[in-house]
Amino acid sequence: MELRSNEPTGPIEQRWTKHKAESKLVAPANRRKYEIIVVGSGLAGGAAAATLGELGYKVKCFCFQDSPRRAHSIAAQGGINAAKNYQNDGDSVFRLFYDTVKGGDFRARESNVYRLAELSVNIIDQCVAQGVPFAREYGGHLANRSFGGAQVSRTFYARGQTGQQLLLGAYSALQRQVAAGTVKMYPRTEMLELIVVDGEARGIVTRNLITGEVEAHTAHVVVLATGGYGNVFYLSTNAKGSNCTAAWRAHRKGAPFANPCFTQIHPTCIPQSGAYQSKLTLMSESLRNDGRVWVPRKKEDCDKDPNSIPEKDRYYFLEERYPAFGNLVPRDVASRNAMYVCNDGLGVGPMVEGQRRGVYLDFADAIKRLGEQTVRERYGNLFEMYQRITGDSPYNTPMRIYPAIHYTMGGLWVDYNLMSTIDGLFVGGEANFSDHGANRLGASALMQGLADGYFILPFTIGNYLGTKRSFKPVDGDHPAVKDAVAEVKSRLERLSNAPDPKHAPEYFHRKLGALLWDKCGMARNKAGLEEALREIPKLREQFYREVKITGTGEGFNQALERAGRVADFFELGELMCLDALHREESCGGHFREEYQEDGEAARDDEKFSYVAAWQWTGDSSKPQLLKEPLTFEYVKPAKRSYK
Amino acid sequence: MSDKTFKMTLHVWRQNGPKDTGRFERYECPEVNPHMSFLEMLDDLNERLIEEGKEPISFDHDCREGICGACGMVINGVPHGPQRLTTTCQLHMRQFEKGPYEVWIEPFRAAAFPVIKDLAVDRGAFDRIISAGGYISVRTGSAPEANDQLIPKKIADRAMDAAECIGCGACVAACPNASASLFTSAKITHLGLLPQGQPERQDRVRKMVAQHDAEGFGGCTNHRECEAACPKGISVDFIAQMNRDLLKAMITAKDDVPSRD
Repeated sequence: MELRSNEPTGPIEQRWTKHKAESKLVAPANRRKYEIIVVGSGLAGGAAAATLGELGYKVKCFCFQDSPRRAHSIAAQGGINAAKNYQNDGDSVFRLFYDTVKGGDFRARESNVYRLAELSVNIIDQCVAQGVPFAREYGGHLANRSFGGAQVSRTFYARGQTGQQLLLGAYSALQRQVAAGTVKMYPRTEMLELIVVDGEARGIVTRNLITGEVEAHTAHVVVLATGGYGNVFYLSTNAKGSNCTAAWRAHRKGAPFANPCFTQIHPTCIPQSGAYQSKLTLMSESLRNDGRVWVPRKKEDCDKDPNSIPEKDRYYFLEERYPAFGNLVPRDVASRNAMYVCNDGLGVGPMVEGQRRGVYLDFADAIKRLGEQTVRERYGNLFEMYQRITGDSPYNTPMRIYPAIHYTMGGLWVDYNLMSTIDGLFVGGEANFSDHGANRLGASALMQGLADGYFILPFTIGNYLGTKRSFKPVDGDHPAVKDAVAEVKSRLERLSNAPDPKHAPEYFHRKLGALLWDKCGMARNKAGLEEALREIPKLREQFYREVKITGTGEGFNQALERAGRVADFFELGELMCLDALHREESCGGHFREEYQEDGEAARDDEKFSYVAAWQWTGDSSKPQLLKEPLTFEYVKPAKRSYK
Repeated sequence: MSDKTFKMTLHVWRQNGPKDTGRFERYECPEVNPHMSFLEMLDDLNERLIEEGKEPISFDHDCREGICGACGMVINGVPHGPQRLTTTCQLHMRQFEKGPYEVWIEPFRAAAFPVIKDLAVDRGAFDRIISAGGYISVRTGSAPEANDQLIPKKIADRAMDAAECIGCGACVAACPNASASLFTSAKITHLGLLPQGQPERQDRVRKMVAQHDAEGFGGCTNHRECEAACPKGISVDFIAQMNRDLLKAMITAKDDVPSRD
């Protein structure tokens, strides 16, 4: 199969406009004849469902949480980028596009990224009109800050809860459509299978998490906006429920999975404190604007009170190694450097498995320079959160931070219309692979989710329906539907009745996560990846033999929910390692230790300037590799240097 | 602060669905680490229960960083437990290092929050209150340039104070009347403060309050338990604002939107 990006040609700044002008439309009276399923209710899914409903389509929206307002977009703290240039500091759509392509280490599709930058300004307008209370200046204008490696101030924010406010905006638009009757909401309902009929996505099979009922829903279009797969590592900054099952089920039904090894490590998370830890908590990257990152220069200082270590014995490693960007180097650079100083024995905080994994993020200078009140205004809620979790106050003692898995750039492959290779299967937000290449810049995830949801999917889905126009009827009696339901039921049976039940699903998830973090985390190498590829199948086999579920499948059973998600993580984990092994270069979040130059990622554009999209073959260890070559007409690939 | 583990006895409400009568069951936790979160302590217990062939305790949770609003249980009579301004997922066991070592855990109880199982309740009523008017009607794509309408920082900050509500339902669980006035008023005030929210302001307050009542939540009689229990510190001032808006809307009402009588 050939991957066709279907991107328009011509000058990049006219491509989206041209594409819209050439696309087919669906007349208002015809829209209600089309049923659209949206899985996921975060920024991408919630915004898409609300907008599609508003346009007059018949929409069903599904989420596993008890309310669409709980989707994990809500946890994003820092902000959302937009090329408004309100600060008059030289920003523009082109600049945001350029930064995103470069930040993604030249592994994203230019046309998509340009469109994202172009739409960023509309997003801010839309959210303000919905009542999103963005931070403002005293004159009443919107405020901005510089964020995560950007040299302009283009980030809009709502205290440290930007994701919450944007999601509640999308949620309010969604609930408005629920009231209008255009969207039917299915909370506590998990998608467990995609229904494909003659190569077209025509529905999903779900499990009602309260009653356990397995049910088929048919439609003309299926949208997956189901988030990322960071929880494959068990410990991540994702919500506990975040999972890859919907995307993975679509993958097994024929949708290629692109760049699974492109995972992002976030440099500013609270370090792990013990084996019982269930998740890692992110501290917004905006903290790096004012905090200074350091470790002791001497190993013997590592367990001392940080305030007692004199200035000359502090190693501000980011400022020293990267004088131009200092503490604001991109996430992957900041993360890897933290790992290196800890590997050198300079880490701070509690010993976990014989190593101190933490570096200081110090606000003493910022408090001196700005006053405690200003610091409190900027970061007050983050400081409180830190204190609640660790017991320490960042006003008096430096925070301890360490990198953690935060975002996954990989995802289901989509073309310019955000459609997979399965007709009628659209993928938005973090669930697709499209805009961030090998590394995502800070404050770009919210932007992409909302661009996909509000402005791209409603339009490209209309084009798909308008082009296709006639659909074969598919209902619950169709053999493909019956087969999909039967498959789900047999999978649930298998998980509930393991031959030698011993441990809860978490037991296996923790093992898989530790293995992947070790071998396919912040840094990877051939030997480690090959070892992981030997270990994962063994662990998976043990999982199917020994997973223990108590209670019944006919009702609320959270252990059974988790077991299904862990089962899919096993297969995805294997694919991540295969992808990481095949990509013999370092780029963005993918750092292969064999491929570096002066300690920096060494890309190999000649061999790897392509999207690696993996096709399911029926054997999880032997997927087929499809390549979408990447061409760069506007931003010439250059070595990323932040020195 | 030490790393020494300690023993705890839990009495957890177990209820198999809304029709079951429910009961407390006793569990011993011999090794509670002070750095664990409350939910991690329950995770640990649940893994043990599964290994012993028993059903784990059901409870809602997701982000585990205090923002999604999914988690919530009543701990020794207090929604979200003893630490102020803290959701259950952010409550850490160091709060119990000096006792109490015996803890009763219950779901958020209210007629409008039927129990699904054990500690998980159905808070769908909140979504329906938002559907009744907790939005600004703006079509995607029809928004004016964002800086066209200036909003004084003070007003924007106040709107943000109200908008911080996470919809967890602790206010309802804390209220002797099981009123959701704090939740409802936070959304009404957030939108009512902003210029964009003015056109629908009167309709919004009447419809949302009517839905609040229809869901079976009680009225506010100024106990202020909600504010004390709220993990986000949402102020009861917003309830006063809601009542003012409601009164004004009822006096000047020109159509037949159902209103509180």
